[in-house]
Amino acid sequence: MSEHHRGHDDDHGHHHHDNHFNDVEARVKALETVLSEKGLIDLAAIDAIVDTYETKVGPRNGARVVARAWSNADFADWLRRDATAAIASLGFTGRQGEHMRAVFNTPDTHNLIVCTLCSCYPWAVLGLPPVWYKAPPYRSRAVIDPRGVLAEFGLELPVDKKIRVWDSTAELRYLVVPERPDGTEDFSEEALADLVTRDSMIGTGLALSRQAKP
Amino acid sequence: MNGPHDLGGQHGLGPIAPEKDEPYFHAEWEKRALGITLSCGAFGAWTIDESRHARESLPPATYLAASYYEIWTRALETLLTRHGFVTQAELDDGHMHEKGREPKRVLKADMVAGVLARGGPCDRPVATPPRFGVGDRVRTKNFHPETHTRLPRYARAKVGVVEAVQGNFVFPDDNAHGKGENPQWVYTVVFDAGEIWGEGADQSLTVSIDAWESYLEHV
Repeated sequence: MSEHHRGHDDDHGHHHHDNHFNDVEARVKALETVLSEKGLIDLAAIDAIVDTYETKVGPRNGARVVARAWSNADFADWLRRDATAAIASLGFTGRQGEHMRAVFNTPDTHNLIVCTLCSCYPWAVLGLPPVWYKAPPYRSRAVIDPRGVLAEFGLELPVDKKIRVWDSTAELRYLVVPERPDGTEDFSEEALADLVTRDSMIGTGLALSRQAKP
Repeated sequence: MNGPHDLGGQHGLGPIAPEKDEPYFHAEWEKRALGITLSCGAFGAWTIDESRHARESLPPATYLAASYYEIWTRALETLLTRHGFVTQAELDDGHMHEKGREPKRVLKADMVAGVLARGGPCDRPVATPPRFGVGDRVRTKNFHPETHTRLPRYARAKVGVVEAVQGNFVFPDDNAHGKGENPQWVYTVVFDAGEIWGEGADQSLTVSIDAWESYLEHV
C-alpha cells in the first residue's frame, strides 16, 4: 500500500469505524483510483448505478406486481405461468430478474426465499437485498429452522401451516406473492401496493393488514 | 467446492438481526463497491459463474467475517488481476503503473440504464429433451468437487421429487472455469425436511433447490 493508504489504515483516531472497516474502505478507494487512472471506469456511470438502486429499482416494483395480481385474476394467472413476461409488462426487467418465478402463499403453505450459496435475489422487483439476506445467519438457518428465523422477524405461523423454502441455487429468481389481507376488497391497486412490504415478498413477513396501512 | 459460502444448515452463526428501515447503503464505500463491481462486470471478461467462484474461494475466515460488499470487493481484486486489467502492485500502491489489458467495453453513464434493464439472461437452447419429468423421484449426486458447483452440500445424495422443468441454462460448474456454457435442463427438486435433516426435522417443512440435469439420477 502507498503511504497514503497505509496512513489511512493506521490512523486509529481519525475514524469512528474499526480497522477492518478502514481496510475495506481503503481497498475500494484503491480500486476506484487505479481503475479511473486507467480509464476503465466512468465515475458518472457508478453514480448512475447507485441512483438506479436508490431511487428507481426497489421493493415498490414488486409491490405493484403483487397488487396487480391481487386485483386481476388474469394477471395472477399469467404471473403463475410466465412470471418474467408478466412482470416485464409492468416495466420491470433486467439484472437479477431475467428469469423470474412467482410463488403464491395460500392458507395451507407459506413460502420463504433464500440463497444459501451466495446472495441471489430478485433485484428487478425488490432492488438491492438487505444485509441480513446476504449474511451467514439467514443463509444458514432458513433451510433448517425457518420457524426460528421467522420468529426473529416477529412472525409466528400456525403449527399446521406448511413451510416451503426455495433455495435459489440456479438463475431463477423468486418473488413471493403474499396472501391478500382481509377487508381490502374495496382497495385500489395503488392502496393495495401500500400493504405489500419487502419482507412479505421474501417470505419473512406478511402483507400489512388494512388497519396497519401506513 | 466445499467452501465457506455453502452455508445451508450450519449452526452457530448467530441471530438474523433484521434492521428496521434499513438504508440501501450503510457507508459511501458500499455505493462505490457496487458501482465498481458492476462496471467491471460490463468489461465482459469474466462470467457471473467465475465471479461467484472468486467470492467463494476467499479464505473461510475472511469470507465469514466480511460484509457482502467486502466479499465482492476482494473477489473483484482477484478477477481484475487474473485477467490482466490491474496488478497486485497497483492495488497495493493505489495507483496505475502501466496501462494493462483493454476491455471490450467500458461502461459509460449513458449505457447504464440499458445495461441494467437488459441484464444477463443465461437460458440457452439444448438439443436434447429433458431426462426427467414432473413427479419423477430423483437422487442428487454425491460429489465434492474442489471446483465450482451449485449443488449445496446439504442437498447431495438426497431423494426428492421433480416439481418443475424450468428450462435450460448455462452450466455453472463448467462455465466458472472457462470450459464453455454447456447448457443443461434445470429442474426444481423438492425434498421433505426429514430426507435432508433426518431426526428432529420440522415435519411441516419442504425445501427445494434448482438443479442442473447432471446433478440428478433416477431413483
